[in-house]
Amino acid sequence: MTIIEERAANPAAGDENRPIGYGRIQRKEDPRFVRGKGHYVDDIVLPGMLHGAILRSPVAHARLVSIDTSAALAHPGVVAVITGQDLLGLKLAWAPTLSADVQAVLATDKVRFQGQEVAFVIAEDRYAARDALELIEVDYDVLPPVIDVRTALDPGAPVIRDDLEGRTDNHIFDWEAGNSAETDAVFASADVVVSQEVVYPRVHPAPMETCGAVADFEPIEGALTLYETSQAPHAHRTLFAIVSGIPEHKIRIVSPDIGGGFGNKVGIYPGYILAVVGSIVTGRPVKWMEDRSENLMSTSFARDYIMQGEIAATKDGKILAVRSTVLADHGAFNATAQPTKYPAGFFHIFTGSYDLQAAHCKVTGVYTNKAPGGVAYACSFRVTEAVYLVERLVDMLAHKLEMDPAKLRLMNLIKPEQFPYKNKTGWEYDSGNYEQALRKSMEMAGYDDLRREQQEKRARGELMGIGISFFTETVGAGPRKHMDIVGLGMADGAELRIHPTGKAVVRISVQSQGQGHETTFAQIVAEEIGIPPEDIDVVHGDTDQTPFGLGTYGSRSTPVSGAAVALVARKVREKAKFIAAAMLEARPEDLEWEKGRWFVKGDPSVGKTMAEIAMGAHGTVTLPEGIDGNLDAEVTYDPPNLTFPFGAYICVVDVDPGTGHVTVRRFIAVDDCGTRINPMIIEGQVHGGLTDGVGMALMQFIEFDKEGNNLGGTFMDYLIPTALEVPDWETGFTVTPSPHHPIGAKGIGESATVGSPPAIVNAVVDALAPFGITHMDMPCTPARVWEAMQGRPRPPI
Amino acid sequence: MQIPASFDYVRASTVDDAISLLERHGPESRVVAGGHSLLPMMKLRLARPEWLIDINELFELDFVLRDANTLRVGAMTRHATLLESPEIARLFPIVADAERVIADPTVRNRGTIGGSLCQADPAEDLSTVCKVLRAEAVIRGPGGERVLSMHDFHKGPYETAVAHNELLVEVRFPIRPHSGSAYEKVERRVGDWAVVAAGAAVSLASDGTIDDVTIGLTAVGIEGTVTEAETLLRGHRPGEELFVAAGRLAALASDPVADQRGPVDYKRHLADELTRRVLRRAAARAGEAQEG
Amino acid sequence: MQISMTINGTDITEEIEPRVLLVHFIRDQLRLTGTHWGCDTSNCGTCVVLMDGRPVKSCTVLAAMADGHSITTVEGLATGATLDPVQQGFMEEHGLQCGFCTPGMMLTARALLDHNPHPDDGEIREAISGQMCRCTGYATIVRSVQWAAAHPAGQDRMDEMEENAGEEVTA
Repeated sequence: MTIIEERAANPAAGDENRPIGYGRIQRKEDPRFVRGKGHYVDDIVLPGMLHGAILRSPVAHARLVSIDTSAALAHPGVVAVITGQDLLGLKLAWAPTLSADVQAVLATDKVRFQGQEVAFVIAEDRYAARDALELIEVDYDVLPPVIDVRTALDPGAPVIRDDLEGRTDNHIFDWEAGNSAETDAVFASADVVVSQEVVYPRVHPAPMETCGAVADFEPIEGALTLYETSQAPHAHRTLFAIVSGIPEHKIRIVSPDIGGGFGNKVGIYPGYILAVVGSIVTGRPVKWMEDRSENLMSTSFARDYIMQGEIAATKDGKILAVRSTVLADHGAFNATAQPTKYPAGFFHIFTGSYDLQAAHCKVTGVYTNKAPGGVAYACSFRVTEAVYLVERLVDMLAHKLEMDPAKLRLMNLIKPEQFPYKNKTGWEYDSGNYEQALRKSMEMAGYDDLRREQQEKRARGELMGIGISFFTETVGAGPRKHMDIVGLGMADGAELRIHPTGKAVVRISVQSQGQGHETTFAQIVAEEIGIPPEDIDVVHGDTDQTPFGLGTYGSRSTPVSGAAVALVARKVREKAKFIAAAMLEARPEDLEWEKGRWFVKGDPSVGKTMAEIAMGAHGTVTLPEGIDGNLDAEVTYDPPNLTFPFGAYICVVDVDPGTGHVTVRRFIAVDDCGTRINPMIIEGQVHGGLTDGVGMALMQFIEFDKEGNNLGGTFMDYLIPTALEVPDWETGFTVTPSPHHPIGAKGIGESATVGSPPAIVNAVVDALAPFGITHMDMPCTPARVWEAMQGRPRPPI
Repeated sequence: MQIPASFDYVRASTVDDAISLLERHGPESRVVAGGHSLLPMMKLRLARPEWLIDINELFELDFVLRDANTLRVGAMTRHATLLESPEIARLFPIVADAERVIADPTVRNRGTIGGSLCQADPAEDLSTVCKVLRAEAVIRGPGGERVLSMHDFHKGPYETAVAHNELLVEVRFPIRPHSGSAYEKVERRVGDWAVVAAGAAVSLASDGTIDDVTIGLTAVGIEGTVTEAETLLRGHRPGEELFVAAGRLAALASDPVADQRGPVDYKRHLADELTRRVLRRAAARAGEAQEG
Repeated sequence: MQISMTINGTDITEEIEPRVLLVHFIRDQLRLTGTHWGCDTSNCGTCVVLMDGRPVKSCTVLAAMADGHSITTVEGLATGATLDPVQQGFMEEHGLQCGFCTPGMMLTARALLDHNPHPDDGEIREAISGQMCRCTGYATIVRSVQWAAAHPAGQDRMDEMEENAGEEVTA
């Protein structure tokens, strides 16, 4: 009661319709987007700008015999043609990847996947550049490719990376977590063990905007401005400095509006480097934009894990342990983007949301003649694979024990009083109330009624399935003592300036690709210092304008950068206290804060608003000793731990018994991302991820034929769900704030992508129970579902 | 973005103008209608005509007209127009069934019936629909018009009887009394090409027996209609047992190939399943049909 | 070759190469960059513009084919400072995130509402089913279009006029 009255009396507290801080507000970025005034990379036109196009390999594995560029060079409008040999001379033919490997910028010795970069044409316009690609003659000596990852380590398999000194096989790494001996002991004495090979097929994030760049090298200053589709402009700047030799202070990276990223725009692709080389060589700005096939065939794919999983339990349903061995297809170059110490990302959170006695996993990464990548598509560094595996195994266990899968989960979820919970592979889950979330989702779904409906339908021969998944995410990488990317600690900076009139600008190191940072981060500042969000500009995406930080992926913006912004605002607020004290001729310790102003304890009428304090700071007020004449601050935030959002999802599907066609009828998602800054944006993030889940579970698949031809290279065959494949999402939430995050917030960007595929597949498998099916792999296309119904489900690879 | 190789463009003002342009520019010229098959192929440089003859302004070919017992549809009639026509929905529900699942609404705003038939993609839906409805294709060339059955029109995958200097101008659908028709398609996702699709048309005699029936299948390697099943059905009262037998014959007649959309046995199964489904619906619609 | 068309109500005449795609003509030649593109196979619908009031995929229409026609792009949706209800609806109901598919989605929504002022959710989903969105999961787009349907511009303008009239009387 008191709180409500206080809020009402304080205009800086705002209200539900116009929150000054957290709450549903329209996005600040929307007015430009709805007018078509967004500013994306391909919208950039610089004076004298040239256009680049990449010639790509038509085959998966071949020795380069010769390249003849003379006809292309003679084509009208063509300014230059660059080959791998040219780059060798510049020492730029190979670039370091984010995983301590190298990747060919343009092929010099061999091509190693279909779609690999072979030559770069620079021309006066994009049509001429494209035309000239056809005029380049390349002689390939085709080699046997390694396509089936299961045979990549066979003795005698063709060695893909003979460029690497002493390399005699296609093995990249072995990595393990947990305790193997302890786990084996628990399995040996368990009543029940369920084993299953679970495949998470290769998919692609496929943002609507493909990757591209405009490079503008200014030779007199030796300065490079690079406009690019990057989720991590600062990290890119450092890497470009290392690769190109251009001093870092002479490089400016600008990521303007980005048309979706989903992890596709984390890495540095050859095209970006080629645009830069092109600009240096021609002395003019060079634009390079992928077409859709280039995007699907050459930039970072996701997943491609073959997981042998096992789960052990007592006969009455107490889950004891999980173990897994994984074969990971990394493609032709090891270019996954994840913290250095974790070559399998965070897969070791495959213990899921359950209280276990033991766990162990071993991941083996291998090269194949396919595009590089693996960590992308809202995967939270492979939490997608982990959650999918454990949630499939738990469902299979429920089936074996003839227990309801919801009941089995309720029995085994980590209990609220167990947090912070240390799992068996080294994670410390910060907080959670799992049972509450699962019960809420069951209530929203009308779970018992659904089961009754299913029984009735089964009696009539109709196939209805109900699938549950419970997931725990680990996002907000990460503490610098554990986590870096190519040596850069995974921290983020924030700078806040309050202008004399009380308006503010906050500069952040993370990069929105549609997540609404310009709104959310303004709201965080608003909540902390009581300036309305519309009075706070959020600057991002330009390395000359923003502090250093590692960027937006792995749902890290709110957990890391959000914390930085909250802390920088608190720093400003604290400084404001000293200035207010000087203005009020009071002692700082006698002042009290209410949203938007400092006032004298016991006399609320005597106080100064942030705007007044800002004017004071920049005005003529005599400032206390040690206080600068501004209201600015900066911080760099090193997270003490990751945050652990979680959720309970329930999916209802109907399967056409005659065709195998799956319809997602309902989807109920209860998410807990801790403190909720803008519920509208959170819901949007969840909706998008659920749609990804429908795509992966039912239709998306980057498939290869035996020769290594990519069969998913266009939107005709790489299928993205439309409005007709997805239901009207039913979302709910619980709030369990993170105890270590300054505002208690956790990430939300990837929860639904992580959590939804197992719910959908569990529902499909549940629908197929009358056929004796206990597992089928994604994608659950009509043909594959029908094959499962015939008793012969098969892995997609 | 991918872009086509260079070409010269000319817009035809009449059908005769289009034909004389084709004659003048020879085999390296091509007609573009809605462009949704040709332009993507040109972007991939799989097609590279030297001359593109645009027939989109031939409004004389954009019509749906009833002429006694024939429904005449101009070749430049857009998919959207076919879908929105109440007359077509009433007389030939199979067309509406098919149009609803051809590509997507935006593509249907441009794509035309003539373009679809002339592209003759083996997974194309309207070719099956036209065969099932025993439609006739009206082709005009320098020497005048000729009218072909769909059987004679459709020469095989991506191949029709339309010569280089000819234009498909019209499709004629015979209207039959007491008839019903239906189409059903299994697709991996809305807007995708068919994994398999089936269409059927059924006409009932006054005693309720099947007077005439045609069954067509899409994307299973059948050129004509499923005559074995048609023979089986003719003269009998529609019924589930008969449809099951017809489905079996349809599966036997099909000769699909395995691809990303599914293996051979699945496609054969779908030929069976979908044949039964469309026969049921077509027969039910025939039972409800008042007139022709 | 020379082409003339009406773009967002303005008549223009331009020289083009015959093979120029309408999307490139709009973006590169007219510098109306609100129209985006996302694929090469007419699947994604990011490039949708209205041609004579009907949504078409401008990556699969030649600029030459639009000669003599009327084209509306996202830049033509608002009337001066007044947004089209569809634009307002997308802001109200969070119908966009990255903004890339948004222009095409809004134009299709406008064409739908012009033909069917009160569509049900299924009709909206059908209308946008040739256009992909990777961010929103479509539900908020459906809500945005419904918002626009519930707030037709004419209605709002009439309300505004009534309010203004009221003010004048008071003054």
